[in-house]
Amino acid sequence: MTEQFDYTTTEHVVGPEAADPAAEETVFDERVRAEARLIVERYPESRSALLPMLHLVQSVQGHVTAEGMRFCAEQLALSTAEVNAVATFYTMYKRQPCGQFLVSVCTNTLCAAMGGDEIYRALSEELEAGHEETAGTPGAEGSVTLEHAECLAACDFAPVLQVNYEYFDNQTVAGALETVRALRRGERRSPTRGAPLTDFRDTERQLAGFFDGPGAEEAATASAAAPETVRGADQARERGWTAPPMPEEVELPPIPDKK
Amino acid sequence: MSEANAHEVEGRAATNPLTPVLTRRWLSPESWSLRTYEELEGYTALRTALAAHPDQLTELVKAAGLRGRGGAGFPSGVKWGFMPKDRSKPHYLVINADEGEPGTCKDVPLMMADPHSLIEGCVIAAYAMRANHCMIYVRGEALHCIRRLHHAVREAYSAGYLGENILDSGFDLDVVVHAGAGAYICGEETALLDSLEGKRGQPRLKPPFPAQAGLYSCPTTVNNVETIASVPYVVNGGADWFRSMGREKSPGPKIFSLSGHVERPGQYEAPLGTTLRELLELAGGMKDGIPLKFWTPGGSSTPLFTADHLDVPLDFEGATEAGSMLGTTALMIFNETVSVPWAVMKWTQFYEHESCGKCTPCREGCFWMAQVLERMVEGRGTEEDIDTLLDVCDNVLGRSFCALGDGAVSPITSGIKYFREEFRALCESNRGQDTTEASESALAGVAR
Repeated sequence: MTEQFDYTTTEHVVGPEAADPAAEETVFDERVRAEARLIVERYPESRSALLPMLHLVQSVQGHVTAEGMRFCAEQLALSTAEVNAVATFYTMYKRQPCGQFLVSVCTNTLCAAMGGDEIYRALSEELEAGHEETAGTPGAEGSVTLEHAECLAACDFAPVLQVNYEYFDNQTVAGALETVRALRRGERRSPTRGAPLTDFRDTERQLAGFFDGPGAEEAATASAAAPETVRGADQARERGWTAPPMPEEVELPPIPDKK
Repeated sequence: MSEANAHEVEGRAATNPLTPVLTRRWLSPESWSLRTYEELEGYTALRTALAAHPDQLTELVKAAGLRGRGGAGFPSGVKWGFMPKDRSKPHYLVINADEGEPGTCKDVPLMMADPHSLIEGCVIAAYAMRANHCMIYVRGEALHCIRRLHHAVREAYSAGYLGENILDSGFDLDVVVHAGAGAYICGEETALLDSLEGKRGQPRLKPPFPAQAGLYSCPTTVNNVETIASVPYVVNGGADWFRSMGREKSPGPKIFSLSGHVERPGQYEAPLGTTLRELLELAGGMKDGIPLKFWTPGGSSTPLFTADHLDVPLDFEGATEAGSMLGTTALMIFNETVSVPWAVMKWTQFYEHESCGKCTPCREGCFWMAQVLERMVEGRGTEEDIDTLLDVCDNVLGRSFCALGDGAVSPITSGIKYFREEFRALCESNRGQDTTEASESALAGVAR
């Protein structure tokens, strides 16, 4: 009954594959290199670009590969060991090819008590996949990678899951199964809050700070209004409760004396 | 109003039960757009601020008694005052939007519904601290917030609220929205700075504090989203107005996030010092009328409370005096069906997963505590395990490099303090029994 999720994996071990500069130049072509430079330009110091650049690598390859790490190292004049150390620290960098859709089920205490563990178990059985495993060929239409996630900061909507980091709130086992079966057929269900679903790689492109995909403008202005979010505000309005009125004139404190 | 005020807390300014300030715009159509923000007094505080001397703003925030909303409750004005006044090195303002403390869900809705209040707060705070760069470090999983902030920042640039010579004041500010990559520890301010520098997110030794040597070893202040989003209101309303809500040492409004077994979970903005009893009333009471068993006042790192704590004033002093901490006012509510040892095990597994590995007490302690708890919940525990747990907790609390270790022991020690019998019963019921049966009973709570 008790879910003992296995967190220990060996996926961070980078294979001894030899660097092939020619192949890497094809994967990370001039456009990607130009985008990597754009990321660097955002920051006062270049190394700050590493996290977004790893997201960029995932947008190209669907996960962080050894060549992706070498690419980052080269752009930022770091050693591959330094990049590897960072890429293996953060859970959002996937070291195995990720599906078209990444389904993250919150199994932290509150969501779990509200049904998150059951949802994770049901999806795992449905997809015949465990944590960070993929149903279908990774990257192919309808491929789904499953993971259990830590608290997703949406506890008032528990239990929650995310598909490509878009929120699906107030989930049930039946509803989550339906969503995932639709994804397997290549159909995209609308998230409860957030923008229409794209592919994992498009999602990663946005995390790298590029919002130029199809429908980016609509996505930015997509409603995120949810009853839970505005429950307090709603009730206050209904009952006519407001904060105390602000005074007409506000005097700022004097400039403190220099010591 | 009378009902909700029936248990009014001593020392709290008389106000309505709910005081929407930060959440005031959330019901407006397209509340996130610049147009709506400007229609509802948006960016008026910025004009006042830029006409003032930077130090006047720091003094104002001190006078208002605004305290950090990220969990620690440090006086924000004092923190700002630690920044050097000279400009020999660049100054940085970093916004901690890495909301990840279990139960905490206030900053994500704030950024989705009203991103410009954060941006306006950033400009005012950066001006006060003589910073020309501001980084907003948003949790990677909060994609819609990242998108929305990015859009809002672009709007603010084109309207002249960001960039060079903001509103002809001669003040320049650049804002970068930075996506994290999934690590709870990056909510710790110095780990966040390391992460922002493109490194593994591991905490730094303090001192030096960020105000001396923070981002790129330059003077830096790290503030929470809700703290900075409060700043425009402090500027517009003044210190006395801000203090007309809440309690003397913890003034102002606060977003309380109710989740779990309540009828109407959600975000409720009320004065600091409001009690769970009052909030539960606003939220329609316990779900299906099943009685309350335990709750957290501010996320899983704050020691548990029980039904005996319904009237504890939820402000920094009140929660501490009652043996917990206010944390992030993330009120996770659990009813009688939930097993405490199971809940504590789940949280401990979280800390085990999120421990960054830098220091031994936390890395090893969380690992062992999770194993002991798993063993108990599975039905292979003994009463000795309770003492072992407390002993390990004793070696983690106060001996870890950062507060993650301290947070990790909170659910365990408070769980055993209030529900020792339940841990013991688990051992009793395991004695000589088939383990599967025992684990069924331990998990009785998980069924809804």
